[in-house]
Amino acid sequence: MFLVATIALLISIILILLRLYFSETLFDRVLAVNAFGTIAVVLIGVVGFLSNRPDFLDIALLYALINFLGTIAILKYFRYRSIGDINDSSQNSSGEN
Amino acid sequence: MEIFEILLNLLSWIFVLVGSFLMVLGAIGILRFHGFWARLHAASVIESGGMIFLLAGMCLQAGDFLIFFKLAFIGLFLFITGPTSTHALASAALLDRSKPKNERN
Repeated sequence: MFLVATIALLISIILILLRLYFSETLFDRVLAVNAFGTIAVVLIGVVGFLSNRPDFLDIALLYALINFLGTIAILKYFRYRSIGDINDSSQNSSGEN
Repeated sequence: MEIFEILLNLLSWIFVLVGSFLMVLGAIGILRFHGFWARLHAASVIESGGMIFLLAGMCLQAGDFLIFFKLAFIGLFLFITGPTSTHALASAALLDRSKPKNERN
């Protein structure tokens, strides 16, 4: 059962990596990386079940946290051109702050 | 007791197969769709549908309460953060597309 799921997830990862390689815009790449992270979380859990080592679920949980933080950080950087303090960097571009 | 085991395995097979099918379908959609917004829809199929079905199929095969709890927590976390990151991505793309200097596709 989990062998079928592993093969399907690997095929999905290969297709998403092709999209990542042939994409034109920035947001397509962010979208592909986000979907890749979700598939990687599920793949870690499935491989843990496949090899009868359910300790892999801790790694999957940690990877889910890091994936969400990474996506939000990338989007915040491309919106405000800064990750840390927003008010210092966006004073010269717009006066909305 | 025997019929219960068989029923559980059958339900788990169905969930894992539907989840794998949705994963491959979403990946094909991400690769083949034209335009960013259509690809966003295909990515949402991966992040909500396939993930929930695969984690539910693994939950039925858990056999231990701690493993079940970890799987349910991963599913709950991904179910909250997946649409949040997709919404942030769509909002950032919409703001970037509305600037007059960007006239890509």
